[in-house]
Amino acid sequence: MSNQFVNEPMLDLFIFESEQLIEQMEILIISNERSGSYASDAINEIFRIMHTIKGSSAMMLFNTISTLAHSMEDLFFILREDKPQNVDYTDLSDLVLEGLDFIKVEIHKIRNGDEADGNASELINRLRVFQASIKGQASRPEDSNIVDQVVAHENRSSGKQQYYINKVSVETASFKNTFQATLRFEQDCGMENLRAFGVVNDLEGFVEDYYHIPEDLDHEDSARVIGEQGFTLFLKTDRTWEEIHRVLIRTIYLKDLQLNQVQDNELLNNQHIERKISLEDSGVLVSDSSNRDSVAKDPEEKEIYSAVTQQSIINVSVAKLDQLMDLVGEMVIAEAMVIQNPDLNGLELNNFQKAARQLHKITSEMQDMVMAIRMVPLSATFQKMHRIVRDMGKKLGKEVRLEIIGEETEVDKNIIEHISDPLMHLVRNALDHGIEPSEDRQAKGKPQGGTITLEAKNAGSDVLVIIKDDGKGLNKGAILKKARENGLLYKSESDMTDKEIFNLIFLPGFSTKASVSEFSGRGVGMDVVTKNIETVGGTVSIESVLGKGTVFTLKIPLTLAIIDGMNIKVGNSHYTIPIISIMESFKPTENDMITDPDGNEMMMVRGQCYPILRLHELYKIKTTITNLAEGIIIMVEQDNKALCVFADELLGQQQVVVKTLPEYIRRFKKIRGLTGCTLLGDGSISLILETAGLINF
Amino acid sequence: MVDVIENTLEMEEDTQTGRFLTFSLGRESYGIEIRYVTEIIGIQAITEIPELPEYVKGIINLRGKIIPVMDVRLRFKKEPREYNDRTCVIVVDIKDISIGLIVDSVSEVLTIPEQGIVEPPKMNKGFNNRYIKNIGKVGNDVKLLLDCEKLLTDDELENLSEVQ
Repeated sequence: MSNQFVNEPMLDLFIFESEQLIEQMEILIISNERSGSYASDAINEIFRIMHTIKGSSAMMLFNTISTLAHSMEDLFFILREDKPQNVDYTDLSDLVLEGLDFIKVEIHKIRNGDEADGNASELINRLRVFQASIKGQASRPEDSNIVDQVVAHENRSSGKQQYYINKVSVETASFKNTFQATLRFEQDCGMENLRAFGVVNDLEGFVEDYYHIPEDLDHEDSARVIGEQGFTLFLKTDRTWEEIHRVLIRTIYLKDLQLNQVQDNELLNNQHIERKISLEDSGVLVSDSSNRDSVAKDPEEKEIYSAVTQQSIINVSVAKLDQLMDLVGEMVIAEAMVIQNPDLNGLELNNFQKAARQLHKITSEMQDMVMAIRMVPLSATFQKMHRIVRDMGKKLGKEVRLEIIGEETEVDKNIIEHISDPLMHLVRNALDHGIEPSEDRQAKGKPQGGTITLEAKNAGSDVLVIIKDDGKGLNKGAILKKARENGLLYKSESDMTDKEIFNLIFLPGFSTKASVSEFSGRGVGMDVVTKNIETVGGTVSIESVLGKGTVFTLKIPLTLAIIDGMNIKVGNSHYTIPIISIMESFKPTENDMITDPDGNEMMMVRGQCYPILRLHELYKIKTTITNLAEGIIIMVEQDNKALCVFADELLGQQQVVVKTLPEYIRRFKKIRGLTGCTLLGDGSISLILETAGLINF
Repeated sequence: MVDVIENTLEMEEDTQTGRFLTFSLGRESYGIEIRYVTEIIGIQAITEIPELPEYVKGIINLRGKIIPVMDVRLRFKKEPREYNDRTCVIVVDIKDISIGLIVDSVSEVLTIPEQGIVEPPKMNKGFNNRYIKNIGKVGNDVKLLLDCEKLLTDDELENLSEVQ
């Protein structure tokens, strides 16, 4: 039986859900730790999360995870029930975070299809010791009671191979109360049968006799049945309504709960009849709602309304989104193929043009929508930094606060993956190199605790991510000295602007910190940051004031997939330049041209001098147009640097879908100035130029 | 049920083993294992990509999919030749990489029995031998059977330095 349980979608769901819960819990712990103690809400929440992880991992037969989660759950159970004083919350957080890390690693193993073979016994022991220590401080009469309960818990966990207990005992006399509980889960929570099993498991301690519909929770169908009809539970107990209610309401993803005391003691024995009735009931309900006309009954309407709102969020795999995106991309190209079809040249087609405009409107809206779907807020990435700041601050003995602004800013999913590492690196650097130890800070008259600010905001078609610290700032002298030692200086020191000096730290093999620490200082980091950001078409810039702090600004594009491009022609080849970087284009006259003794061509435009880059020379393309006056100049700009690109002619503006060059080509080398390629309306291929690459030639 | 699927897989495998698509480059006739071949198309408009070795002619648009094309003549350091209406692009799929091979002309699909395949002679000075896995004998003709994987991966380092 056990093997049937570990089927793929369930495993995926388990991994997904556990990861979400762990992330949630991490945030909870860190935010609570900062305030010095755990709020009772947080304790309840953590208890519930651990409980869920315990249940689902036991269900999936990951026993180590479940035992570990179980001991953490016990710990928080005591915290919740006993409210012990003098708990060392820092130790607690350390311990629990370590536990979470362990579970994370295990889940990672599971995702990769490896055996979850970690050994948590040492951790569990430490949890037990900690638990005992706080229990020692709690001097309440219920103590023994709780120990009993804990023991009972443990006894239960030892028997957890048993999946559900179909215990229909007829012994009914001694129990006062009979309840009928109907639980409905949120529409898209998934694994309903598993959750129902969790509920049963929860009640096991209090309830002597129970029966539930659907009967067989192992069966795959039962998840669907519960999803549609709810999970109905009949139970006999000597507990009160409140006690039972309290246990049941704890269930996560619970949409609503009906708990009624039933007078009829025969009920449990007549389950089967009950069951039939309840099935009939729901049948009526369904037909009712399908026949619902404008005068539908109020409560029913509410029910349906709530169902709709529950459905408003679904989880979709990124692979499907990528596919959808590709398809929309193909459609945009196909649209261009139809509308710009050469067969239509010279024809007066009013109706066709009208329809074409309509089509264009719809496709571009669709494109926007697909893009919007892929947008993910940065908050998850930002929240991860809390953990890093906490752990590192502790190890380095620095007091640091992380402030987050604008975490709701959305960025394309693919881009998020690329910026998470650089961000982590910058935050680590700020902590390690930037923020001074408390004594130094006090001596300088700064607040004792340092502050790192993470900020995200939209700026046109870019997103700015700003990492700011109020530490000691970059020391120009030290940077120059270091650069000199490593032979990284490319021009004389006196000629360098502040910006150029700061940019030295992005060069490979540069590290200002004398000693290599655990966190940073190997001198490999900063150039990795720039590399990562550049792969998504972004840029990094630094501002720093000595003694005041440093600001890193990452400028990243909102999306990579579809850009507005200007198609140009050189010889027989087509190229596309992103519209964003184009300042202007014009027909040059011979008079504007200047050639310096080295043969470098330049051009005067409104009193400013810009270099000229001839594409046909750069890429060795055969073309008849080599005289500047015959072609066209496109002025592009990036990072306040401008360049005049010389091409044969402009072909027109078009939204293009960026495709990467085939892997075989990419394996040779990165071709300077090219980011990818795209298909034009006539099916031909155009190469997309990368402005930054061209300028920094 | 599972057995049935396995059987069909085996049969499919069976129909493909020992079968080669033959094409010609000048006077020689080459063979390529049929399982690599996805399709054969006529020569298309090729978009050149700068800064690549000479034998990588560029990329083509194959129904929305962009694939690189390689001139096998140039790859084997033979004289380049004008493309004509006999020139073909054999689209092959090797280790998940799609690539088009430009050849003078495609001949036919041949079944060469195992006993008809021999190893190429071992020669130290032979420079073309590294792409030839085996030699197939069909009647009086000799087909040079290509090692597709080497076609893509071999001496790439050398190429890199050539380019730079």
